[in-house]
Amino acid sequence: MKNTKKLISFIMVVTMILALCSVSALADGEAFKLGGTGPLTGGAAIYGNAAANGAQIAVDEINAEGGIQFELKYEDDTHDAEKAVNAYNALKDWGMQLSLGSVTSAPANATSAENFADRIFALTPSASAPTVIDGKDNVFQMCFLDYPTQGGASAQYISSMGLAEKVGIIWKNDEDYSTGLRNSFVDTAAELGLEIVAETTFAAGNDTDFSVQLTEMQNAGAELVFLPMYYQPASLILSQAAAMGYTPKWFGVDGMDGILTMEGFDPALAEGVMLLTPFNADSEDPATVAFVEKYQELYGETPNQFAADAYDCVYAYKQALEAAGATPDMTNEELNDLMIEQFTTMTFDGLTGTGMTWDETGAVSKGAHGCVIENGAYVGLD
Amino acid sequence: MKTKKLTLNKNTRMNFVTYGVVIVAYVILQTMVTTGSISSSLKGMLVPICAYVVMAVSLNLTVGVLGELSLGHAGFMSVGAFTGVTAALALQGVVASGPLRLLIGMAVGAVFAAIAGVLIGIPVLRLKGDYLAIVTLAFGEIIKSLINNLYVGVDGSGLHFSILTNKMAMDEIGRIIINGPMGITTIEKLSTFTAGFLLVMVTLIIVFNLVNSRSGRAFMAIRDNRIAAESVGLNVVKYRLMAFVTSAALAGAAGTLFAMNYSTIIANKFDFNTSILILVFVVLGGLGNMLGSIIAAAALTILPEMLRSLQDYRMLIYAIILILVMLVTNNAQLKSLFSRIIPHKKEAADNE
Repeated sequence: MKNTKKLISFIMVVTMILALCSVSALADGEAFKLGGTGPLTGGAAIYGNAAANGAQIAVDEINAEGGIQFELKYEDDTHDAEKAVNAYNALKDWGMQLSLGSVTSAPANATSAENFADRIFALTPSASAPTVIDGKDNVFQMCFLDYPTQGGASAQYISSMGLAEKVGIIWKNDEDYSTGLRNSFVDTAAELGLEIVAETTFAAGNDTDFSVQLTEMQNAGAELVFLPMYYQPASLILSQAAAMGYTPKWFGVDGMDGILTMEGFDPALAEGVMLLTPFNADSEDPATVAFVEKYQELYGETPNQFAADAYDCVYAYKQALEAAGATPDMTNEELNDLMIEQFTTMTFDGLTGTGMTWDETGAVSKGAHGCVIENGAYVGLD
Repeated sequence: MKTKKLTLNKNTRMNFVTYGVVIVAYVILQTMVTTGSISSSLKGMLVPICAYVVMAVSLNLTVGVLGELSLGHAGFMSVGAFTGVTAALALQGVVASGPLRLLIGMAVGAVFAAIAGVLIGIPVLRLKGDYLAIVTLAFGEIIKSLINNLYVGVDGSGLHFSILTNKMAMDEIGRIIINGPMGITTIEKLSTFTAGFLLVMVTLIIVFNLVNSRSGRAFMAIRDNRIAAESVGLNVVKYRLMAFVTSAALAGAAGTLFAMNYSTIIANKFDFNTSILILVFVVLGGLGNMLGSIIAAAALTILPEMLRSLQDYRMLIYAIILILVMLVTNNAQLKSLFSRIIPHKKEAADNE
């Protein structure tokens, strides 16, 4: 009897799944179908969900205005290239006309090649590796390129502000984001004569205890420690350094954005951390204030730059589609050509910068702001 | 004597059923691809499924036939993927034909994975049980760390290598192939479903013939009782190494096939989780049961994609289904139900 029950429950589960699979979307031709992949589950989920939420807010606002209508769909790629291509193909079956690419760099490398082959235009909110746009005429970025810009800009900033003489770096040597930033930082530092006194690494799997790395920094007398990494390891480094009583100046990167809203992290530990970010949630700008309020109301947290980038992506699409006079019944090839033409010529003002322009490679030009964390909030440095 | 003969016949029949299932599946899917009646989602999964099938069948040789638990199978896949793709990319200007480059890539991948198999096999195969599992697990992690710190480039004067940081001095036409943690980002997508199908067939032919040979019987004798096998004069280390290296080489070829299906590949893809995933295919399909491995690999690759509409609950439902399948297939009552049905079928076939 028990087994029959088990069998019946199994069959019921399968039936339920099949029933769910058959839920259909809106009729074609009424709205532009906008699709994107991102890590909605797993270790990098905070970025994927932020981007999906930010894009959703923009879509809801634009749809409420009338005029151009969007239908948005985000698929989970668990920060994995193979799953990202699967997610991309699922979106293609759904009828995606315009793409928001992928949120993180490694999956975006894989999906952007598919975008290029299928002639579906892509504007990625946050995949910042140069290889994402390299050689693909229809893949554009909303964030600035990591390696050439950010690592170098950080070194430049430290040197020109005279923040420190002796610099230490802790980086993650099995991640392209961290390695790329470290390399460009070291190159620029060498040009500027900034002395790097210690460099230590960690990798996935041994990223919970940083006492060895911190002791090395302390022994080498580093006055400032550059942390080119995402916020999870950074939060551990900050709390372990505080426990050791080691208090150098800390300099972070845009991946550290989100540290203040991280569960279980005492924002007091991040006091005085400096980082470069294109988006400041505490800005007085009315558009930013409205966005932050709405995000907090809907999702109960302060949006990070991933949410703002995705929000900007949807508005950039709106501007480009309006300027090109595009209609939702166009094919992805037609839209692709129109978008390439628009994005290389237009100027866009958004939450993450004003007067943004794109060149033919798909890279955006916009400024990064230096911020320092004071009393649990970002304050502009310049 | 009689039972022995029967099992042999059953094995041969099972092998032909397996070939048949693979060929029929290929013909149906390939027809769907050419007529365009296949969804992009399924079409995109055909090559990875082939690669996972080869991985599952080759691991089944180590785990099911040889009876050794290996937790580093993804390490061999990684070695095969990176060496195979490097070979295919380095030959870009030399060999014009794409399929030929893919073939060379797979052969190179298989050879390097086999070398890795020998290197790891010589010390490891003197261990047994848990110890072997631990060392293979470490092997997978070592390969991951090595490739994450490896830089390979090609220019007019040949291949350049560098470890830890990119110190390669290349001429103007030089290009980086493996770029440390960024992996390979310039892969030419050469893998096709037909190539995948051929690799699956080759794998099945190799594995079935090996298992049904003198060596295969030696594998099973060692699995069932190592001391007894040694006492009749079998060279245990040699046979274990033979099975282990064959399994590694096939995994290497599968790695190249898998990598050449995407424009980018990173070393972190082939981590412990991937090894476990392949082990799940093998365990779910049944130890020593190649058809089971094939079906399990295909089903468990497609399942998470079928469940996309469940959104956040996707992986939860996937896990629940996995547990249910394990329970149902291990159920004594259902097993007796099947064994009651199957003899009937057999009798009916015999009567015809």
